[in-house]
Amino acid sequence: MSLEFVRPGSIEEAIAILERGGDDAKVVAGGTAVVIMLKEGFIAPNLLVDVSRISTMRGIHDDGDGLRIGAATTIHEVLTSPVVRARFPELVSMLGRVATIRIRSRITLGGNLAHGDSRLDPAAFLPALDAEVRLVGPGGERWLPVADLFVDELTTAIQPAELLVEIRIPDPGSTSRVTYRKLVGQTQDDYGVVNVAARIDLEGETCRDARIVLGAVASTPIRVPEAEALLRDARPSADLIDQAADLARAAADPVDDLRGTAAYKADMIVVEVRRALTALAGDLAGPPPASGAGGAGR
Amino acid sequence: MTRQGSASDRRPEPVPVASPPGMQVRFELNGSQVELDVAASDVVIDLLRDRLDLTGTKSGCGIGVCGLCTILLDGLPASSCLLLAPMLDGRRVTTIEGLGADGRLDPVQAAFAEEQGFQCGICTPGQVLTASALLAVDPEPDEHRIRDWMAGNLCRCTGYASIVRSIQSAARALTDNPTLPETGAPEPGP
Repeated sequence: MSLEFVRPGSIEEAIAILERGGDDAKVVAGGTAVVIMLKEGFIAPNLLVDVSRISTMRGIHDDGDGLRIGAATTIHEVLTSPVVRARFPELVSMLGRVATIRIRSRITLGGNLAHGDSRLDPAAFLPALDAEVRLVGPGGERWLPVADLFVDELTTAIQPAELLVEIRIPDPGSTSRVTYRKLVGQTQDDYGVVNVAARIDLEGETCRDARIVLGAVASTPIRVPEAEALLRDARPSADLIDQAADLARAAADPVDDLRGTAAYKADMIVVEVRRALTALAGDLAGPPPASGAGGAGR
Repeated sequence: MTRQGSASDRRPEPVPVASPPGMQVRFELNGSQVELDVAASDVVIDLLRDRLDLTGTKSGCGIGVCGLCTILLDGLPASSCLLLAPMLDGRRVTTIEGLGADGRLDPVQAAFAEEQGFQCGICTPGQVLTASALLAVDPEPDEHRIRDWMAGNLCRCTGYASIVRSIQSAARALTDNPTLPETGAPEPGP
């Protein structure tokens, strides 16, 4: 079997090629995941459709309410972008945890999501920011929350002949605090044992909204709505954070692998969620104000 | 990447392709233009070693983890075991053979020799190229940045301390005498 490689010049051309190619065609950008899967015999396409140089799928701009990132923009380009560095320092530090410079220089943000691997860092982080992806197919385009992109292991909601062309990350706003934690067991560039993205939106001492997303501990990244509901309209105290961490553990479905047993990972979910929320809550997670302090405030 | 689902019960029409299976790629290799007939499935590490006789690039894990096969693509490190030949088209490729000139070591190579940044040497081409790329974008990296960039270039001999020292020494040498090799990435744009 021979493999063919095409480089369409536009999104429309790419979609037309994918539509004609059907199951035999595979989208490729940075190539990291695709080449490994080819070598392992996990996929056997006869046509690779390289979208990495489609200009309308590349670049970063600030649309006033958030960032729009072309799906074929590399992770390295995103994390060295002055716009991103100024507006989304947490995004930069999360992307800095992705693999190594050799991989970051090649892989694209869109390809990273479209691979559908819950262990990859953006897969857990972007749902915490309510990020969305734009999908274009033969029938037109649609926006989908990143949280809904993941269907099962290496399986996404992207339809045949549909192309993930853009990622939009809404500005979380000044009352929002966001963090990402990645526990690695062996080397810095490994996949996480447990990945945790968390966000709380604070009004005074009250958490108005929250996001808790776990990566690497289920077949998809998972939000923990029970823990988010617990924190909503409450003071994020140490006690509440402990309860939220337990709910996160209950929501996950980790498996035994070379990065740890399922039981170990479940324990680490509690630890990492607690650390993430404690960091976000800051002083609020400390001991509650002593009773009878007379409203002296902090 | 996307799994293409099972929607096409109909037999797909033949796909028109821009290039036949045997395709041509043109790229800059260590400062010279090359033009090659390749198969789309040719992996770059094999192309370099077997077709172009550039055996300085070493072959290791084959899955992008070990760093032995590192080359620079448009000035940034890349694993040549994870690149297909067509991906080089129009790009600038630097292998370890592209450093130094007239039989002289380039400053990063010299620093690795002086500071004993290698023992058996198999990881050294990848280490030196990655370090060169780093120094091209950041002439004075702190130790944290050095270790971040060098992560995933596995060395089973040195324990890494001498590699970090080599890069710090190269940084000093290059800052004192800025004759950076032409391997660097352009500064990131907006």
